[in-house]
Amino acid sequence: MKKISKVYLGLVLMFLYVPIFVLIVFSFNTTKSRTVMSGFTFEWYAKLFRNEIIMSSLANTILIAVIASVTATILGTAAAIGINNMKKLPKAIVLNITNFPIINPEIVTGVSLMLLFVFFAARMNLEFGFVTLLIAHITFSVPYVILNVMPKFRQMDPFLYEAAQDLGCNSRQAFFKVVLPEIMPGVVSGFLMSFTFSLDDFIISYFTCGSDSQTLPVTIYSMTRRKVSPEINALSTLIFLVVVIALVLKNFVERRSESRSLKTKEESL
Amino acid sequence: MNNSLKRIIALLFPLVIGTSLLAGCSSDSVTDADEESEETEVQTLTVADEEYYSKFRDSGISINVYNWGEYISDGSDEGTLNVNAEFTKLTGIKVNYTNYATNEELYAKLKGGGASYDIIIPSDYMISRMIKEDMIQPLDFGNIPNYKYIGESYKNQAYDPDNAYSVPYTWGTVGIIYDTTLIEEENIDWDILWNEDYADRILMFDNPRDAFAIAEIRLGYSLNSEDFDELENAAELLKEQKKVVQAYVMDEIFDKMGAGEALIAPYYAGDAITLMDEYEDLGFVIPESGTNLFIDAMCIPSGAKQKEAAEMYINFMCEPDIAYATTSYIGYSTPNTAAYEMLDDEIKNDGISYLDEEYLAQNTTVFRNLSDEANQKMQDLWTELKSTHDETKNKWLVPLFMLACVILSITILIMRYIKKKKDIF
Amino acid sequence: MKNKLISAPYLVWMVVFILVPLLMVAYFAFTDKDGNFTLNYVADVAQYSQIFVRSIWLAAIATVICLVISYPLAYILTGMSKNTQSTMLMLVMLPMWMNFLLRTYAWMTMLGNNGIINSIFGFFGLGPYKMLNTEGAVVLGMVYNYLPYMILPLYSVMVKIDKSVIEAASDLGCNTWNTLFRVVLPLSLPGVMSGITMVFVPAISTFIISRMLGGGGNLLIGDLIEMQFLGNAYNVNLGAAISLVLMVIILLIMTIMNQFGSDDETVLM
Repeated sequence: MKKISKVYLGLVLMFLYVPIFVLIVFSFNTTKSRTVMSGFTFEWYAKLFRNEIIMSSLANTILIAVIASVTATILGTAAAIGINNMKKLPKAIVLNITNFPIINPEIVTGVSLMLLFVFFAARMNLEFGFVTLLIAHITFSVPYVILNVMPKFRQMDPFLYEAAQDLGCNSRQAFFKVVLPEIMPGVVSGFLMSFTFSLDDFIISYFTCGSDSQTLPVTIYSMTRRKVSPEINALSTLIFLVVVIALVLKNFVERRSESRSLKTKEESL
Repeated sequence: MNNSLKRIIALLFPLVIGTSLLAGCSSDSVTDADEESEETEVQTLTVADEEYYSKFRDSGISINVYNWGEYISDGSDEGTLNVNAEFTKLTGIKVNYTNYATNEELYAKLKGGGASYDIIIPSDYMISRMIKEDMIQPLDFGNIPNYKYIGESYKNQAYDPDNAYSVPYTWGTVGIIYDTTLIEEENIDWDILWNEDYADRILMFDNPRDAFAIAEIRLGYSLNSEDFDELENAAELLKEQKKVVQAYVMDEIFDKMGAGEALIAPYYAGDAITLMDEYEDLGFVIPESGTNLFIDAMCIPSGAKQKEAAEMYINFMCEPDIAYATTSYIGYSTPNTAAYEMLDDEIKNDGISYLDEEYLAQNTTVFRNLSDEANQKMQDLWTELKSTHDETKNKWLVPLFMLACVILSITILIMRYIKKKKDIF
Repeated sequence: MKNKLISAPYLVWMVVFILVPLLMVAYFAFTDKDGNFTLNYVADVAQYSQIFVRSIWLAAIATVICLVISYPLAYILTGMSKNTQSTMLMLVMLPMWMNFLLRTYAWMTMLGNNGIINSIFGFFGLGPYKMLNTEGAVVLGMVYNYLPYMILPLYSVMVKIDKSVIEAASDLGCNTWNTLFRVVLPLSLPGVMSGITMVFVPAISTFIISRMLGGGGNLLIGDLIEMQFLGNAYNVNLGAAISLVLMVIILLIMTIMNQFGSDDETVLM
């Protein structure tokens, strides 16, 4: 039984990884062929870095992800505080509407925002571009922040805030010194979630991007629709590498802090 | 969303550090690359009037150019000019360059509103449609002195009879690209796209106008037919073809023909030349029974923010050096007489790019804009073509599947109810 | 803390960028180009029932395959040591962080007539088989892209199942299969249901996978919507009507699925 399960696990992992490794291997190929390796080269990487369209959309993607996730985190945390204090019915209504962008297919969210922006574009001086992309990214990010922060309030002792006030904190101090540290894990995970979703989003960006700014996924899409050059393989390899390094680092940090806390526990014993 | 998903998503945080590092590297490698190309540079650029281009030098403006994919020299081949970069170098105007794949896509993006472009390059019939719908604006030819290089035969076309809205960029014909090693037929004509011997090895246009044109030639109709019966017959013929078609594509053709995935594909002559340069086994033929002649021209949309800078861009594209770089890189024929003179005789006489006018007049038709009704009809037929499916066996499976879901949920509900009652007692 | 005003910015945002856009989809679906009320577009959607049928069918197959692959995998994972579990989970999730366009592109290069799979077959004197541009390829693309969405909820539910319950079952005379069907399966049902929704919703609305792997000859709902807004057939009203129908279908499926889910999970999908 053990052996079978190991083989099975191996097969699934193979299914998941073989396509990626094929992409990576052929990013070093001297020719554009995808079946025959004819030599080893870094040419496609050099070309990739020289490709202004890719580089500018990468910069765009990061800028939008940073601004959108920070804004969404602030907006969402504030919203969660207010929603937490609402009565049952309004709370349920707001939470359900908040869930729409998560439940709805992305294409519907993208299309609906596009219709809204077209409406504004016709009446006010709004142009599709950086601003519309940013609004769209904030819109689909906020619900994830709220979803992450809300449970933290449920876990928190409701009298903590009042206790802080009784002990002489004004309401601002009470919030920043007592409440915020309590909900911080939720805020951080909400931020990280919206940040990564914003980096990776294609469908909503596709419908809301304009003439002067594209995100990297939109550029990748137009690359796959044209004469395909192994630059795209090089790009995949780099993204994969970044992801692997990020995960390993994260794991490393986690294990270290775990072992450290274990040590301090032992010492205190 | 459950917690573990959230946690794993949270793991990804350091991505930003990595990607910003990448961005940091990029600026270095760009300068390296520039130094390298200095040595191997083959083509250089000289413009007649540098004074003219300096007007916006320090104003820091940018223009949005919306062009077909693979339709400009981007310097990716050794020794070729990167046209947009050269423009920025010369004028100080930044170029935001994006792509579309079909005229209809361009129309949708523009009609939808919101997106603001300064330069677009539609084809003939789309230009007349856009003129009719006020989507593009007349040009100030005082700002485009290089218009003088455009050959007389490309002026006064039906789509823009007064030469007020457009400046021709390239032109060409539609023909059949095929693998010469595996297809031995002589006299290749459009019917080869229906040949069952090559089933699943045939590619087809992924836009209604070009696809219908091929069917219309086969049926002996006009390429500009607005007759509903004729359109329906053409659609019927395309439907028949569907079972031998491997995929409906546009610029994916470079990849699929290049990699030997497909054997036959109808496409534009210019791209065929690019493909044949790279893959010796490919051949190109312009069918005897006639074909479409197209002219793609630069236009300025009505809402353009930087009209004068856009006109400067158009003028720049008509510089002989730039037009030459364009035509040699993308393979399409140039309407620019000065650039034509610079071409090798080999290209002038390749039998594809520059055919004599008499032949063109006899064997080719330029698309005209169809009436709204005919356009709509073609659109509907096209969607229908792409949505019908031969196998009807699945027809009842979905309703059955949904029914099963409903029954399942009801049973579970009942079971829960019973369980609850049991728990109470 | 009692201040509800703090959530006001989000409430405004929510109304303007979540609620209004969805209402605009409905508005466009029920009006014609001049803004007059009409039912024509919604009625026209029936014309595309074949596309709906095919989309639902392919998405359903992909969901079932995902479930069949993931269930044993999640079960095997829960039986491993804590450290191996987190490593394995990380390995399963890692491909998800590559942009889905790149992952789909990877399959495109592998499945072709001259792709790497057929050249391996060719080495043994088989094929070439037609794999790319088929419905099978589309399903494969869906399974590959959305498999982690199935594994995660299954795993997170199964890992919470008390091992002593399973032991108790076998002590009381259940064999392995009986334990699986009568104990583990009912307890993991909420995970199964949220996994199904998380795979089915993106699968039914995809528009890239079918284009890249399906050859563009057989549209799915996503393609149809995209075509109306940014593609060859420009018709915003029809596009809005199709989006509306898609939303209703998904709402229906979600309601069915929520019947199975445990009560406390309804808010969080």
